[in-house]
Amino acid sequence: MSVNLTLLTVMGALYACGIYLLLERSLTRVLLGLMLLANATNLLILATGGYAGLAPLFTKDTPAGDYSDPLPQALILTSIVISFAVTAFMLGIIYRTWVLARQDEIQDDAEDRRVAETPSFDAEDDAVIPAETSEFPLVSAAGGDDVVQAGARRMPAVDAAAEEQPGSQNVAPGPEGGIK
Amino acid sequence: MNIASFAPLAVVIPILGAALTFLLIRHSRAQRTVSIALLSLTLLLECWLLASVWEGGTAAVNIGGWLPPWGIVMVVDQFSSLMLVVSSAVSLAVLVYATGQGMADGDSDAPVSIFHPTYLILVAGVSNAFLSGDLFNLYVGFEILLTASYVLMTLGGTGPRIRAGVTYVVVSVVSSVLFLIAIAMIYGATGTINMADLAIKLADLDQGTRNLLHVLLLVAFGIKAAVFPLSFWLPDSYPTAPAPVTAVFAGLLTKVGVYAMVRTETLLFPGDTFNTPLMVAALLTMVVGILGALAQSDIKRLLSFTLVSHIGYMVFGLAMSSVAGLGAAVFYVAHHITIQTSLFLVTGLIERRAGSSSVDRIAGLAKLSPLLAVLFFVPAMNLAGIPPLSGFLGKLGLLQAGVALGTPLAYALVAGGVLTSLLTLLAIARVWNRAFWRKPEDAEHPDPVLLALPGGQATGERAGQQNVTLLPRTMVGSTLALVLFGVSLTVFAGPLFRVAGQSATEMLDRSSYIQAVLGDEAPVPVIAQLPRQEGPK
Repeated sequence: MSVNLTLLTVMGALYACGIYLLLERSLTRVLLGLMLLANATNLLILATGGYAGLAPLFTKDTPAGDYSDPLPQALILTSIVISFAVTAFMLGIIYRTWVLARQDEIQDDAEDRRVAETPSFDAEDDAVIPAETSEFPLVSAAGGDDVVQAGARRMPAVDAAAEEQPGSQNVAPGPEGGIK
Repeated sequence: MNIASFAPLAVVIPILGAALTFLLIRHSRAQRTVSIALLSLTLLLECWLLASVWEGGTAAVNIGGWLPPWGIVMVVDQFSSLMLVVSSAVSLAVLVYATGQGMADGDSDAPVSIFHPTYLILVAGVSNAFLSGDLFNLYVGFEILLTASYVLMTLGGTGPRIRAGVTYVVVSVVSSVLFLIAIAMIYGATGTINMADLAIKLADLDQGTRNLLHVLLLVAFGIKAAVFPLSFWLPDSYPTAPAPVTAVFAGLLTKVGVYAMVRTETLLFPGDTFNTPLMVAALLTMVVGILGALAQSDIKRLLSFTLVSHIGYMVFGLAMSSVAGLGAAVFYVAHHITIQTSLFLVTGLIERRAGSSSVDRIAGLAKLSPLLAVLFFVPAMNLAGIPPLSGFLGKLGLLQAGVALGTPLAYALVAGGVLTSLLTLLAIARVWNRAFWRKPEDAEHPDPVLLALPGGQATGERAGQQNVTLLPRTMVGSTLALVLFGVSLTVFAGPLFRVAGQSATEMLDRSSYIQAVLGDEAPVPVIAQLPRQEGPK
């Protein structure tokens, strides 16, 4: 199979420019890069069809070897339509980015940044548990005037139990115990 | 009667539905009815296809009457029909969920009216990719579903969605360009793009050319399937989309990539040329993915990372190219589509109920909404692979196949698989402990609705009333249906494993596929170096 050297060179140049533009941070350049890549690929498909020949079914008695292969051209047509749709959509997105953020740049993911900056120490998972966290009232196990060890403090079991009841508004540190 | 003649309907019905719903864009009730009815019809058709293929074997249809090496063929075999049934069942559940969400929110967002047509186009693209027996038609199927997914991903056009959409579109287009390059080169090398014909003709090429084409296809599909070095786009882009959209993307889109990889490895390039690199990629996908999940505090992002991680299991099964391994991978794909989608749907419900999807901000949901807790708990344990659920069965099948293979790398993957399963459990347990078991007072800036207690108190009644609007019945119902479908995969794991095993045998044998397309006289090249192992029955 012989190939057209000019087309091949153009294809290479398109690929090179396309990949270069794709790596930019500006969205418009990325779009241009994608368009160049799509067109380079179309040329590649064209090249797989072999050298140019007559149109298929030109006349009845043309030998089969003189026709050019119609299939790659059908494939190119489909891929042009697809890349047209994608380009239009990308343009819409770029315009929307401009409307929203007044800039034409790929933006970082805020959540990615946040996770990266999160320290490995997690207060909830890794801290020493300060107090008895059971939801079951300690009073049912202990007597009425027992005293329990809650972290560093000692407190009446009734108060400790009440604090752990659902609904105890134990948000602010202060004197222990009871529903406030 | 050739049952495959009805296969194109699985693509045509959703596309016609898309046209119809687009015409009904101002009548949201009619739009909902039409899209749900047509998708149910497609599901019924695909169940029938699966049943017929189960009895009658692989069948093919020539679109427009053009004969196989030239025209486009659609092939229904056990693997593709199983994928069709599972994907349609999942997309129907998500459609009902999205409809419920739209009705609950009063369709206040203007662009929501384009949701139904776009969604049906997405389903048509997925069906087309599963049915296609032609490499370029597979590309077109991918493009249909990708273009629909671009629109769904950026629905509403808010800042974060546009930002995520840009990454997603650019990465997807690059992978499509790679796929197209591969198609062009394959056509240049063999003069055909019919997959059955390629299965015969690619065997005649010299090893270097074969390897080049093989790698190009694997890289293109690897980006779509989110296999490790090519997976970083996924956790960035999926979580920002609306809940039902994320759910259907997580369930289906990566699996279409896995499906294409399976076809590449079994039909086009059989043998074990790239089994070692694939196994290494599978191991890294599993471990790196799940380590990423452990660092996240947002449930959606966490689930996206587990999605990447569990793709590794499927690639592992595929890379073994034994009947046992491939069969387990097929089972795992069916299981994972269902489970991952239901988890994302539940996360959508959690976000509605608790006002956030960050585990730092939500708490006490087990008491506030026990139904939600059950809905989360069952698929979460399934994902982590707790016996006796289907996640455990799938992983067990993969590990058994790995041990049967017996190479050091296979043992490394077995160990990696067990580790990933445990780490998944850890990640899921952290979500469970914080979102469901922790007391609301312990959360940072909890939504006020969380602090309102159920029961007789005044605040509790407010929460009780809000429960109705916060968790619409259609949304909970469709999630429940999908969770039950996931459980039924466990109950019917025996027959399902048999289908998976049979489809694996069929795919590794190749003769039924090639002969269904090219006629009974077609020569099936023998693969010399393929290690054939019979899996445990």
